[in-house]
Amino acid sequence: MADALKIGGRDLTSRLFLGTGKFSANRLIPEVVKASGAQVVTVALRRVDTDYQEENIAAYVPAGCILMPNTSGARTAEEAVRIARLARAAGCGDWVKIEVIRDNRYLLPDNYETIKATEILAAEGFVVLPYMSPDLSVAKRLAEAGAAAVMPLGSPIGSNRGLRTRELIRILIEEIPLPIIVDAGIGRPSEAAEAMEMGAAAVLVNTAIATAGDPVAMGRAFGLAVEAGRAAYLAGMPGTVDYARASSPLTGFLRD
Amino acid sequence: MKIIINGKEEAVAENATLEEIVASRGLNPGGIIVELNYALVKRESWPDTILRENDRVEILRFVGGG
Amino acid sequence: MIKGTGNVSFYEERLKYAGFDFEGFFRRVTDADIERALARDRLAPQDYLALLSPRAEGFLEEMAQRAHRLTVQHFGRVILLYTPMYLSDHCVNQCLYCGFRAQNRLERKKLTPAQVEEEARVIAATGLKHVLILTGESRRESPVSYIRECVEVLRKHFTSISIEIYPLELEEYRELISAGVDGLTIYQEVYDEEVYAALHPAGPKRNYRFRLEAPERACRAGIRTVNVGALLGLHHWRSEAFFTGLHAGYLQDKFPEVEVSMSPPRMRPQMGGFQPRVKVGDRNLVQYMLAFRLFMPRAGITISTRERAELRDHLVRLGATRMSAGSCTAVGGRLEHWSAGQFEISDERSVAEMARMIYSQGYQPVFKDWHTV
Repeated sequence: MADALKIGGRDLTSRLFLGTGKFSANRLIPEVVKASGAQVVTVALRRVDTDYQEENIAAYVPAGCILMPNTSGARTAEEAVRIARLARAAGCGDWVKIEVIRDNRYLLPDNYETIKATEILAAEGFVVLPYMSPDLSVAKRLAEAGAAAVMPLGSPIGSNRGLRTRELIRILIEEIPLPIIVDAGIGRPSEAAEAMEMGAAAVLVNTAIATAGDPVAMGRAFGLAVEAGRAAYLAGMPGTVDYARASSPLTGFLRD
Repeated sequence: MKIIINGKEEAVAENATLEEIVASRGLNPGGIIVELNYALVKRESWPDTILRENDRVEILRFVGGG
Repeated sequence: MIKGTGNVSFYEERLKYAGFDFEGFFRRVTDADIERALARDRLAPQDYLALLSPRAEGFLEEMAQRAHRLTVQHFGRVILLYTPMYLSDHCVNQCLYCGFRAQNRLERKKLTPAQVEEEARVIAATGLKHVLILTGESRRESPVSYIRECVEVLRKHFTSISIEIYPLELEEYRELISAGVDGLTIYQEVYDEEVYAALHPAGPKRNYRFRLEAPERACRAGIRTVNVGALLGLHHWRSEAFFTGLHAGYLQDKFPEVEVSMSPPRMRPQMGGFQPRVKVGDRNLVQYMLAFRLFMPRAGITISTRERAELRDHLVRLGATRMSAGSCTAVGGRLEHWSAGQFEISDERSVAEMARMIYSQGYQPVFKDWHTV
């Protein structure tokens, strides 16, 4: 296919990854998946609350989607590794989103622990997609550690504040030879489109869809925005030429 | 004897199996994952897994997450 | 450094282009490809290659404007001056193109530490603080211990000492770095592995990979600057320029703490009479420098006295960041006229004359941008 996103041996046609938290009803999930075209869907692993019977979310993720468990709740690399191994043993496949957070106020990831977890899990054959605070040297270390993609945050989780880290993400896109997937903070389709225009490989959206007035319609809107942004990127955004035609040429001396 | 289930100390019958613990809590075995002392125990091994004093049992499931 | 699947050497990286059809690529390059490359903030390897294509010769002025702007933005209007000092011309290699090759009959020379001191004084009197020391490859005549001894002498006179010698093992680089070396220049000469084999018929230099990975070893050993290059005239310059750029890019990516630069040395007449196999004109040299600058905005570009004075004057504004001055390619050549040099230099101006020329262009000559302590 012409413009597939290749991660972990898979060719993805959709560049919108969908998170499944905060939906008012799980039955919305397959509808949102369908309307948005998402092919990668994240889930979390939690202790069962025996007083309150929940449904198994995995049952709502349509067959054919890649189920990507996250390691949310992990505060250290060791905990993230444990969650990832459990999820895989429970039949979740090889994909895992590393998320290590020790900051309960802003929910910003711990890059150091994230690198450690990535290194261990990549060596065990996981397709590792680490969620991180955008930082060039961390991204390089994640790449060296064997990450399949790097997922910088646009702004804090669930904040819907958009691409506040735009400049840092731009640097990652320029410098890191892995897919850069903007995760967290994207609040509107226009922000998803902007990330894609910049050259992001994909975006992961959860809160903005799950908490919209009509999540299914919003899922569709995000799917279209991601496609439009990607198409614009591929079309080659016209450069802004920031130099005037020089009055004194620099190469005039060349005669041969 | 007492064991620890999801971080809480609970009293259970001597020689209780994992299968019995799960059933006694009314959980649907299809949607959950059980870990004993930090190691996953496969569904088919639950009836044969006999618990000992101070064992740590974690019962987990997939939930929505981003 | 963290181990992981991303840790491949440049040798392995280069293999991705094994069998790449450069001619075909150049035939297909369009003006639109070049314009797009020119508008990009960060060029991909294929953009760099498009700018190296024959077609991009029609865009030299646009490339020059942008290269000039990027260089001023990243380096300011400064040119660092350094000078080479040949320690020994004993050599066991057979590089077909080199004046020092083993079978050329010349009286071989090697400076004693006392002579190194004497020549260092001559150079230091010109104000230069950066010196590049060179030897041929002879582990018997110029072993690491000898180079180390010379470095210890030179430290008293210079704040920065770079080496351009045979490739070393990691531990040997460590040893010289701890003795006071802070820079490494090593040219691959030819990136095409087959042509490399043909031009180096015998001697330790036949080991292509050991040479190619020398800059990586030096970076791991803690070197501060590395300078790579292909000797222009040995093989198709466009593909050689491309691989030089990839090599510099690889080093900059892998070792962000190291200052990476490139030299585009053109073959000069030398004893032995080897004729360049490929002609690389001024226009070609300029295109290479400009394309490289656009591809690697933060990498240095070193221009030696191999180039004529008039051309070097123009290159100041086209992306050069370092130039040699008051050069001499013969061992002990500053003490008396001892012997033939490795090649004929072309710009014979003194350090003071070079400094005046640089000032006259609105640039500042820099004698010292580093002080090893």
